[in-house]
Amino acid sequence: MEGGVAYENDLNLKETELRLGLPGTGSTIEKGVSAARNNKRPLPETREEGGANGKPDAQHDDQENAPAPKAQIVGWPPIRSYRKNSLQPKKAEAEAAAGMYVKVSMDGAPYLRKIDLTVYKGYPELLRALENMFKLTIGEYSEREGYKGSEYAPTYEDKDGDWMLVGDVPWEMFLSSCKKLRIIKGSEAIGLGCGA
Amino acid sequence: MNYFPDEVLEHIFDFVTSQRDRNSVSQVCKPWYKIESSSRPKVFVGNCYAISPQRVIERFPGLKSITLKGKPHFADFNLVPHDWGGFVYPWIEAFARKSVGLEELKLKRMIISDECLELISRSFPNFKSLVLVSCDGFTTDGLAAIASNCRFLRELDLQENDVEDHRGHWLSCFPDTCTSLVSLNFACLKGEVNLAALERLIARSPNLRSLRLNHAVPLDVLQSILIRAPHLVDLGVGSYVNDPDSETYNKLVMAIRNCMSVKSLSGFLEVAPPCLSAFHLICPNLTSLNLSYAPGIHGTELIKLIRHCRKLQRLWILDCIGDGGLEVVASTCKDLQEIRVFPSDPYIGNAAVTEAGLVALSSGCPKLHSILYFCQQMTNAALITVAKNCPNFTRFRLCILDPTKPDAETNQPFDEGFGAIVHSCKGLRRLSMAGLLTDQVFLYIGMHAKQLEMLSIAFAGNTDKGMQYLLNGCKKLRKLEIRDCPFGNAALLMDVGKYETMRSLWMSSCEVTLEACKSLAKKMPRLNVEIINENDQMDVSADDRQKVEKMFLYRTLAGRRKDAPEFVWTL
Repeated sequence: MEGGVAYENDLNLKETELRLGLPGTGSTIEKGVSAARNNKRPLPETREEGGANGKPDAQHDDQENAPAPKAQIVGWPPIRSYRKNSLQPKKAEAEAAAGMYVKVSMDGAPYLRKIDLTVYKGYPELLRALENMFKLTIGEYSEREGYKGSEYAPTYEDKDGDWMLVGDVPWEMFLSSCKKLRIIKGSEAIGLGCGA
Repeated sequence: MNYFPDEVLEHIFDFVTSQRDRNSVSQVCKPWYKIESSSRPKVFVGNCYAISPQRVIERFPGLKSITLKGKPHFADFNLVPHDWGGFVYPWIEAFARKSVGLEELKLKRMIISDECLELISRSFPNFKSLVLVSCDGFTTDGLAAIASNCRFLRELDLQENDVEDHRGHWLSCFPDTCTSLVSLNFACLKGEVNLAALERLIARSPNLRSLRLNHAVPLDVLQSILIRAPHLVDLGVGSYVNDPDSETYNKLVMAIRNCMSVKSLSGFLEVAPPCLSAFHLICPNLTSLNLSYAPGIHGTELIKLIRHCRKLQRLWILDCIGDGGLEVVASTCKDLQEIRVFPSDPYIGNAAVTEAGLVALSSGCPKLHSILYFCQQMTNAALITVAKNCPNFTRFRLCILDPTKPDAETNQPFDEGFGAIVHSCKGLRRLSMAGLLTDQVFLYIGMHAKQLEMLSIAFAGNTDKGMQYLLNGCKKLRKLEIRDCPFGNAALLMDVGKYETMRSLWMSSCEVTLEACKSLAKKMPRLNVEIINENDQMDVSADDRQKVEKMFLYRTLAGRRKDAPEFVWTL
């Protein structure tokens, strides 16, 4: 299954994609899909006979000829996310971009939180949300000095696996490269501000 | 047997190793209970909230090894919010405080922090084995603590965990005096590792028998590792990016030739180009092969490899092997006992195997008893044939990627097919079904699946009768998980006492209302009935007639748990 390459750049590629699958492949749940969407030829003899057992044609066509892309059902198919991500890492990123939940860890906290980055319009909103969530003050960002006046600094892990200070790059770029957030405190945080 | 001295009884009980058997032994009479409990070394707790750590320590003071499971199974599929619970810290803290001589810890679906790992490493001087399966909450810093402080560590086994990677210094934390490693599995770590430290560690671990690498270990290091560890029995190749003409590749072939003890092979997390012929040498010895994380290997390569694996007992594979490939498996692997076929393209929902592959396996592999099969389509005829060919199934899990799809030939529901499975496989303990299913299938399950312990249902059934048939008929049912089925209050409340004979019940997107859950909780004080209310959809004071989105109930002796987050209500 070398389908991975096709999905790299465009979320909606599957709508226009040509596929060499069996008729009826690629279908999950979608109510009311019109069978007319599909231009495939009818199935070979044996299948058609089987399908003609009193079922209305539209339904028969629907099940066997409609590989149209379907809405995703939460938690389906029942595969561990670890496994899903290992198979199609790029696809996982694309999926995550629509409602993009990232983990937020804070040093010293017993467990992590998760936030949806897409609900924030920019850095100020994100920082206020983090301040609320963890009951702390992060302060104002400045390019020269990082987050001055606070013992906390928000950092994020980017696509290359590097830990970056939140706020350096344009918001859109941050959204597309942020994999997870970590709020560091203490001496590590102060170090970031000192004009390195 | 009352006139045997205690030591003799204890010695006899030493030979009784399974938890179930020891539970039976302890119920014979009071003296046996006392002796068995004080000498039991291994304890299994299937639900960490069913009992308090204090009670476990009181009853089993000789505890050396514990297995704990946390989140409900459906947490694997993102149906349970991350912070629902399953924290192991209270257990470790209690063990440390009471100076339990803990040597082995195995956790599944639990949250374990770096602080907790540090506490483990400092509190238990004889700590030998840490196995974490589908856990999270920790980073490689926690692993560094384990590596640094556990002087007699034999096993560090990380399976499918979500670990925050602070880069590979943890491997360097194993002191030079650490030579006791038998098993090391870090395949799930996403970051770089210190390769020199890894090589040195392996060179000083003469007892190493199981090694699973992550993607960051390149071919030349793999080759040098294999030279140093020729007695490996279980190997997980991380990255297999090779040039078949290179010197490194040739050296690898020589190294593999030396590793004829390898019986279990897995990994291949990155494969380029997909040329596995170097491994054909060890294939004839393999009893276990897991290529389910290797989407880079094409079906034809897989088939070539499998033709050499005549002794295979366990196979985990991706569906790109196709029905044709499964026929090769069926004709080659006559000792096959367990097979799992995963979809290689879960997002589109395109599985490359059908009922034909399943039938081929059932007719070719007489010892097959455990199967997980993701497929494009299925037929009742195929299931009936499979049931006839393989009456020995203990685990049968079928998943059709379109969850309400009917029989591909007849358009009928799969009631008859699964009915045949439960009728024929009298020893069936675990079942999960998919496809179009009516109440009828539950009637069959209730009638025939007398040994069934775990059942997973999705998008099935028509009325409450379906669930009622199950609860009535399956006497040994322990775990029941239901999603998106039209089962409601009448079914839930039909036999409330039943839930105390089970470990847990999960129901989501069904027809159960808040009122019924409250009523159940009131009647059964030894159950925790939890409502998971993620999006603030409900108010505790809200209309009781509202449907509950997610309910999880479990029997417990520990009462309502104190660590539940805001969105979890224990009624």
